[in-house]
Amino acid sequence: MLHIKDLYTAVDNKKILEGLNLSVNVGEVHAIMGPNGSGKSTLANILAGKEGYNITQGSVSYENENLLELSPEERARKGVFLAFQYPVEIPGVNNIYLLKAALNAIRKHQGKPELDAMEFMNLVKGKMKLVQMNKDLLSRSVNEGFSGGEKKRNEIFQMAILEPKLAILDETDSGLDIDALKIVAEGVNSLRNKNRAFILVTHYQRLLNYIKPDHVHVLSKGKIVRSGGPELALELEEKGYDWIN
Amino acid sequence: MNKTIRHYLADFKQLQNIKKDDWFSKQRQSAFNIFQESGFPSTRKENWKYTDVKPITKKLFSNITNSNVVISDNEIDAILFKELECIELVFVNGAYSEKYSNIKNLPNKLTIRNMANAFVNDEDFLKKHLSQYVNDDSSSFVTLNTAFIQDGVYINVPSDLTLERPISITYISKDNSNIFATHPRNLIFMGENSKATIIENYIGIDDANYFTNAVTETSLSQGASLKHYKIQQESSNAFHIGSLNTSQNKDSRFESHSISIGGALVRNDINARLNKEGAEIMMNGLYMTDNAQHIDNHTRVDHFKPYTQSNQNYRGVLNGKSRGVFNGKVVVHPQAQKIEAYQNNANLLLSDDAEIDTKPELEIYADDVKCNHGATIGQLDNDMLFYLRSRAIDEQTARSLLTYAFADEIINNISFQSIKNKLEHLIIGRLPDSSLIREYV
Ligand SMILES: Nc1ncnc2c1ncn2[C@@H]1O[C@H](COP(=O)(O)OP(=O)(O)O)[C@@H](O)[C@H]1O
Ligand SMILES: [Mg+2]
Repeated sequence: MLHIKDLYTAVDNKKILEGLNLSVNVGEVHAIMGPNGSGKSTLANILAGKEGYNITQGSVSYENENLLELSPEERARKGVFLAFQYPVEIPGVNNIYLLKAALNAIRKHQGKPELDAMEFMNLVKGKMKLVQMNKDLLSRSVNEGFSGGEKKRNEIFQMAILEPKLAILDETDSGLDIDALKIVAEGVNSLRNKNRAFILVTHYQRLLNYIKPDHVHVLSKGKIVRSGGPELALELEEKGYDWIN
Repeated sequence: MNKTIRHYLADFKQLQNIKKDDWFSKQRQSAFNIFQESGFPSTRKENWKYTDVKPITKKLFSNITNSNVVISDNEIDAILFKELECIELVFVNGAYSEKYSNIKNLPNKLTIRNMANAFVNDEDFLKKHLSQYVNDDSSSFVTLNTAFIQDGVYINVPSDLTLERPISITYISKDNSNIFATHPRNLIFMGENSKATIIENYIGIDDANYFTNAVTETSLSQGASLKHYKIQQESSNAFHIGSLNTSQNKDSRFESHSISIGGALVRNDINARLNKEGAEIMMNGLYMTDNAQHIDNHTRVDHFKPYTQSNQNYRGVLNGKSRGVFNGKVVVHPQAQKIEAYQNNANLLLSDDAEIDTKPELEIYADDVKCNHGATIGQLDNDMLFYLRSRAIDEQTARSLLTYAFADEIINNISFQSIKNKLEHLIIGRLPDSSLIREYV
């Protein structure tokens, strides 16, 4: 589904990714671990189409298309979803309206009819339970005044509604207490199926106690330095990131 | 004497001939004398530094206006706030239109009249009060207005009356066969503990070429409360110079909402005088410009007494090659301890060619005060744009949504729900790609 080949990127002449390779097949869950500053968010942002990165070399194909040529909205419509590490607050843009617009834009792209207000609210109610979202948050501006945990949960809630094909979660676990972490994990696990792939970017092994990945990769200084199964995460937890260098 | 002043002088002489016995003619004459002496302001004057009025002073506007143009029912319906069931005063090209107005069934003791009528019926009151609440009576445009007053509105709200129905004052300009000027003059007197909502609406139809030179004077007695809305949607060729003057007594409260989106060259002045303890003014403003528009907002607040408060919040959205100005001055006079004065101006530049000059000024002569002011100029936030786009929203829609959200912060300060809804529609209509976002907001 996703093939990243020999990817090099720089921002303002600062090299960040330096020859990254990664392949993700449909139905798989990949965990990408790495120390702070290793380039995890950069990778996630590039996959979602954020501007400002200079891609100096390499390629990314997604469902046999050149992903790098697509705008962020085209990627989203084709099933790419990024749960942000730091979701931005957008005063004045209503959370639930945004979500409805997002879902309908995706459905339109898929040739499905748009949902009307009733159908949409029914869908929302079901998914809200899944992530135990506070109802009040729906009618507020996007992320405005949300606590750190509420922002992360809102990302998972959006993911649950939009049902992406490729979901990239950038440190969604960071800053969450254990209860919130479990809720996030349950959200991911309930969406896990053979038609959907996940890239879980995480700094700690903790999340992987609740979501069992198929593959674990260690990112360091802009490239994947080690790949393995779930046991690699445990080993990393035990020995620390110094061990890989 | 330059050509324009000669032109105004000729018009003025004619006017004085018609209205020779008018009790007001002395006032007109002295106003005109001041105008003739000072002429129009140049950009060398500090107050006019960023706004060159030459486009206005180059043109010779006719003082004779056509009040018989036909305004269609569709046009009227689109203009008036019908659903608010206002007390309605409508002017067409400067003259009062009985046909579109509705000032029947007023509460006891409440006086609302068009100014031409008030000159006859309320002579004693006007003699005493007219021009008393203009704070800058040497301003060329104010003196010009005083010299040429033709019509406008006189409102006198008696003590203790809470007026539930808003009063709507609409100045419609529509005439493509004439280049003309109007000088609307409004005098609003609020008795003790009275409450009212007033909407001043300036609107042009069919790209008419004209100059509106408006002056509104308000006086708030002790405990009075006035919510004032000014909606400036003049035609794209029009010039608009308008000043709102407040004179506030003890514990009075003025709420000003100024939405300025029309006109080619526009200047909105608010001069607020907080004369007694506990007087309070809130000024909320939004200006949206595009193409080659120029909109200048000037505010001045004088805190004369302790425990007075002013709170200003203005936002601008500038597109095309347009230009905006915000100049807010707060003067805290020596005895005015324990006052609070806040001022904020935020601007969103949507194009590289748009320009904003923002200049907050604080002059403080008292030491125990709470004041702060700030101004920002920025573009749409890239992180917000990316977030929306990553949620499948196309770029144009995302831009339009964020622009709307920025402007809506000002509209959200309006507590009157139906006015708020109407204004939201108005500003959506002014957004680039507005059709894209109608369903989201
Ligand atoms: N926009 C940017 N401008 C300059 N440097 C950046 C930018 N984004 C990331 N970096 C740098 O690139 C490196 C990788 O950052 P990031 O991808 O956020 O790492 P991680 O998510 O693994 O902590 C860091 O050294 C960071 O400072
Ligand atoms: Mg990161």
